[in-house]
Amino acid sequence: MSLYDNRRRRNKIAMTLSLLATVFGAGWLVLILSVLLWEGFSGLSLAVFTEMTPPPGADGGLLNPLVGSLILTILAVIIGTPIGILAGTYMAEYGRHTKLTTIVRFINDILLSAPSIVIGLFIYEIMVAPMGHFSGLAGAVALAVIVIPVVLRTTEDMLLLVPDQLREAATALGLPRVNVIRHVCYRAAKAGMVTGVLLAIARISGETAPLLFTSLNNQFWSTNLNAPMSSLPVVIFQFALSPYKDWQKLAWTGALIITLTVLALSIIARILAASRKTP
Amino acid sequence: MQSAGRQSVVDVALQGRAVMAGETISRAKVAGRLRLNDAIFHHVTRGAAAGVLIILGGVMISLVSGALPALQAFGFNFLIEERWNPVTEKFGALAPIYGTLVTSFIAMLIAVPVGLLIAVFLTELCPMWLRRPIGIAIELLAGIPSIIYGIWGLFVFAPFLQQTLQPFLIATFGNIPVLSSLFAGPPYGIGMLTAALILAIMVLPFITSISRDVFESVPPVLKEAAYGVGCTTWEVVWHVVMPYTRVGVIGGVMLGLGRALGETMAVTFVIGNAHRVSASLIAPGTTISATIANEFTEAVGDLYTSALIALGLILFGITFIVLAAARYMLLQLERRVGN
Repeated sequence: MSLYDNRRRRNKIAMTLSLLATVFGAGWLVLILSVLLWEGFSGLSLAVFTEMTPPPGADGGLLNPLVGSLILTILAVIIGTPIGILAGTYMAEYGRHTKLTTIVRFINDILLSAPSIVIGLFIYEIMVAPMGHFSGLAGAVALAVIVIPVVLRTTEDMLLLVPDQLREAATALGLPRVNVIRHVCYRAAKAGMVTGVLLAIARISGETAPLLFTSLNNQFWSTNLNAPMSSLPVVIFQFALSPYKDWQKLAWTGALIITLTVLALSIIARILAASRKTP
Repeated sequence: MQSAGRQSVVDVALQGRAVMAGETISRAKVAGRLRLNDAIFHHVTRGAAAGVLIILGGVMISLVSGALPALQAFGFNFLIEERWNPVTEKFGALAPIYGTLVTSFIAMLIAVPVGLLIAVFLTELCPMWLRRPIGIAIELLAGIPSIIYGIWGLFVFAPFLQQTLQPFLIATFGNIPVLSSLFAGPPYGIGMLTAALILAIMVLPFITSISRDVFESVPPVLKEAAYGVGCTTWEVVWHVVMPYTRVGVIGGVMLGLGRALGETMAVTFVIGNAHRVSASLIAPGTTISATIANEFTEAVGDLYTSALIALGLILFGITFIVLAAARYMLLQLERRVGN
């Protein structure tokens, strides 16, 4: 009888602990989000989207970093996505059991969680240092290096989910591999692959570390890819660490914009991924 | 069935219509073109896959070549030297390495048990209707950029710790021999402990979502059998779920560790950027990534820049080993489970 009581007591304790852990974990995250929403929304106004970053003590907005982030992100996706998709295609279709695939999968998993600041250093070494100046293009390439592993991984996973019967059926009609892949596999895996790209965008839209010494920052309006370019995360970093209240306020607002963007992208990605399963 | 000019493949095959010589030639041409396309596409995709290797190689080569001047100047001492003085150009990486390891270690010490317990709650205790919303919320939170955690840590968490937890720790452990040195010094708010706690909060959703996924992979039959012989929920978790999912849990923890080690923005805001090795957890310190983020754009002189790149190389080395070890262990365990 006492053994039974003991077991029951132990169970009770463990289960209470796990409940407490959940409350504890959720508590922090609720706390962070509520502060973010509160501080962010209180600074949100039309001026944020229409005015340039101000000098200390003046009013202003986040127009140039917003546009800069947009340019960097789009460029990074344009550079990174094709490489990721093609490499994922090779791994799932042509070279499913080759040595190259095994190695690339291993390396890709490491790149996927490699510290992003190291990627910033890498791009600094191969682009910024030889060119002699910071540039928006270098920032975009740094982000592209982060896009590739995410897209590659989802592409490979999604293509592997496509049933082999579809490939066999298409091949039996006499289609060469390239057409099978493009017209059958890609079409079947489209939603999943788009999800991967969205997740990659969500990932890079908040990345700060690789931009610090590639695209640097720019106080002024600039869409010149060969010059330093402003970006939202870097501006948040700079403004939050400044002693000026106005700048700190803008940093919170910027943080809110980034968070909402990332959340929206992740939610759309989830909906897309879910819609793949239903038909 | 068939209308002229619109024959399906099957119709052609069934009728066995004679094929003209011209058709054969044009068909061969088309086939040749398709084969060429296929070969091109094959090579392009293989090139892209090899590109991933080139990126990794590029990262390594560029880091090593960038770090070379500093490594030549300081040699092995770079790893064990605490001094970091840009004015006299004497650089040692001990303080950042120490800070990186200590903050990540404390973060994992908190995040792993809590994350696993949350995963247990989500898979065993949580009412069905609540599981999906909580699960989705956790995954969304895992995607929130680290700079958000950093800015919150700087403006909200650090002042809070300065006024509450840190004075409490100093007062409580101040008179106990060993522990007093862990909590020595004034409560700055920012420091190693603050950074470690923020890291813990940050990797928590990460570890939780992976562990929940692997816990859910346990076949219900196994759990039902255990419940059937009278196990308590905890015993099912401890003796059935945990052994079955050890692989995935270790993988998740290692990935979380890799993320904590390399995390930059959440730490940079609150670590204090002080280049010294201090036993006190509440003292300001620095990590590798925070040092690079804080100093790289302001570094003057080739040696300074090179020392920072050398730090990056060390960080990359550490995370590479952790992540590679995670993969290797997963493979080993998978093989064992497979047998």
